[in-house]
Amino acid sequence: MYFKEEHHLFRQSLRAFLDKEVMPHIDQWEKQGYVDRSIWKKLGDMGFLGIDYAEEYGGSASDFMYTAILFEEVSRCNSGGFAGVVVSDVGLSMPYIRNFGNDELKKEYLTKSVAGDIYGCLAITEPNAGSNVAGIRTKAVRDGDHYIVNGSKTYITGGVHSDYIVAAVRTGDEGSSGISLLVIDRELEGVSAKTLDKMGFHASDTAEIFFDNVKVPASKLIGDENMGFYYIMQNFALERLAMALCWQASCEDAIAYTLQFMNDREAFGRPINKFQVLRHRIAQLASEVERIKIFNYNVARAYGDGEMVTKECAMAKLMATELGDRVMTECLQCFGGAGYMEEYKIARMFRDSRVGRIAGGSSEIMCELIAKMTVDAVGY
Amino acid sequence: MKSYYFSEEHEMFRQSIKDFLKKELLPNIDQWEEERQIPREFWRKFGEMGYFGLEFPEEYGGSDLDFFYSVVMIEEISKCFSGGFAILPMVQSYMSSPYIVQHGSDALKAKYMPKIISGEAICCIGISEPGAGSDAMNIQTQAVRDGDHYVVNGAKTFITNAVYGDIVVAVVKTNPEAGANGVSLLVIDLNSEGVSRRKLKKLGWHASDTAELNFDDVRVPAENLIGEEGFGFYYLMGGLQLERLVAGISGVAACDAAIEYSLQYMSERKAFGRPISKFQVLRHRVAQMSAEIEATRYFVYHCCKMHDAGEYIVKECSMAKLLATEMTNDVATKCLQFFGGYGFMEDYKMARMFRDSRIGTIGGGTSEIMREIIAKMVIDEQEYTKA
Repeated sequence: MYFKEEHHLFRQSLRAFLDKEVMPHIDQWEKQGYVDRSIWKKLGDMGFLGIDYAEEYGGSASDFMYTAILFEEVSRCNSGGFAGVVVSDVGLSMPYIRNFGNDELKKEYLTKSVAGDIYGCLAITEPNAGSNVAGIRTKAVRDGDHYIVNGSKTYITGGVHSDYIVAAVRTGDEGSSGISLLVIDRELEGVSAKTLDKMGFHASDTAEIFFDNVKVPASKLIGDENMGFYYIMQNFALERLAMALCWQASCEDAIAYTLQFMNDREAFGRPINKFQVLRHRIAQLASEVERIKIFNYNVARAYGDGEMVTKECAMAKLMATELGDRVMTECLQCFGGAGYMEEYKIARMFRDSRVGRIAGGSSEIMCELIAKMTVDAVGY
Repeated sequence: MKSYYFSEEHEMFRQSIKDFLKKELLPNIDQWEEERQIPREFWRKFGEMGYFGLEFPEEYGGSDLDFFYSVVMIEEISKCFSGGFAILPMVQSYMSSPYIVQHGSDALKAKYMPKIISGEAICCIGISEPGAGSDAMNIQTQAVRDGDHYVVNGAKTFITNAVYGDIVVAVVKTNPEAGANGVSLLVIDLNSEGVSRRKLKKLGWHASDTAELNFDDVRVPAENLIGEEGFGFYYLMGGLQLERLVAGISGVAACDAAIEYSLQYMSERKAFGRPISKFQVLRHRVAQMSAEIEATRYFVYHCCKMHDAGEYIVKECSMAKLLATEMTNDVATKCLQFFGGYGFMEDYKMARMFRDSRIGTIGGGTSEIMREIIAKMVIDEQEYTKA
């Protein structure tokens, strides 16, 4: 109903690629705290970074369901951190340039991003402004043909090793009407980053980024000055939908992994998958995962058809990430002591899941947004 | 979100049934709940409108429409804050008579379907017995062949529509030694000699007549056997999927109605100087429920689409029923809370919705049975094929 034969073939080839090029390295990437740079070129060569991008930039201009498949499959590699940096590039950074950037900017960044020569990250959150985007303080002051940027960003996925930063900066007044988006190259003088030590998402080089009198060419402005807030609000739908798809896929993965374990593991003389209380727990979770999956596909289809699905994306993100935490908690429990050991992947899945309810707008922010639309009947 | 499931024609049909319910049902439903009975005259009108026969063949008076017309009808009757009302058409057209349409002989269809579709006859499904509910294989009611008749003895219970109804599709044992292969379906006229009915008092669904049936040497013409002898269990397994899907559709719609009704109240009711719809904790509760309802809705529509395409979706229907009915209980509990003391009073419709929703996780296979089925399919990779 949502996928055609071509989609299934695409999923298979992507899966085969990930099995070959990502899975053997994932433990090492988790350990070192970042994804090897070489993966970008490989992803680019296979066309996986340009699915949703125009042919003139090297993309394949395919429908959105292919991107949905990408988000799902990168989430089945037992590493939220790996999925995080890929989504952060393809779903969070590149879309701003594609949707709102001028031709010059698109030609420069999209062509290289699609090829996998470079990749980006998105920097909105600051030490003092997370979900209240309107409160950001990083300043960009126009000086001739440049902006001089000062400030800092934090919790930036892929923020240490990525090549460019799509940064929300203040170019105007206080509040939402004074925000712009700038593409800031990593190599510019005054850009520095510090890797943050995190509870999970270990393969992501999540960073605090500092801008100290960074001279950014004015040509790197995305779209119009002071329109950044609106651009961000528009792309949030995609970010949330992407997260919903990622968390749903890792839930499916966790259940499959757990069922395998439950089949092999015996207790009191029989495989533990014969114990009714565990069976019912799995049945309940599998039902909820199936529900959110179908909901996600419905939302993805509508999103792909160009519909404004602000509310539905918020709902999908809320449901999927909340479910993610429950699924991981319950699945880990089915492993008993083994679940607490790093030999089994469920420990990593458990800690990686936890950020879902926080990043991309916390569950509380999702509820605020949904409440405005359902209780106050506000439309976006 | 744009609908991928309903056409303009479906929506026009929705409006017509809404108008009908507003005119014929809503002004009377409180009284009918009180009287614990809905007049036959109403059901005749319901039948005249074609609502009992949406999916059924035209030759028996049906409209032969796609399943989404039924979805619309089930949704709209489920938004009237009377589960007891809504269950009658659901049992009539989706849980009992489909066995006749799908597996019955032409003669049997010609005998009963026109009356069922017109609303002249009310039909019920007799599965549960005092000693056997979800384990349908262990039913005790026996039908012994005697010439051109079956002689039926036994009892059925919790039978919706059976006090004032006319016919029951009864699950009987025609061969007690054969286990699942000894089960058959018989259409029994409830006015036959030897049938006695006792009206049961219930926690909710007050507008619905629920009966305990006793069969004492009831002579049923052999032609009233549905399909083949010994195949009843398999027919039943097929039919239960639709029953569960319908429960899912109905549950989501009831939640919609509860949220809408609650939001109306919350915008009018003030506390501490502002409408209670401004309190964050209540707003988030509504948001959380709305998200769950929306997700469940699309899951149910997805299942309906598969069902309409003729797929046999045991796992999905079980999941839909489990998720939707559990959610309805939760939504009814939380929405009643928004009303404070008024929620406990019969002046507001929440009390009724609360008690009516409680049957959802029990009837048509309990949540525990749904999880058993899902577990078999998900964990043991068991598959089911249509009879």
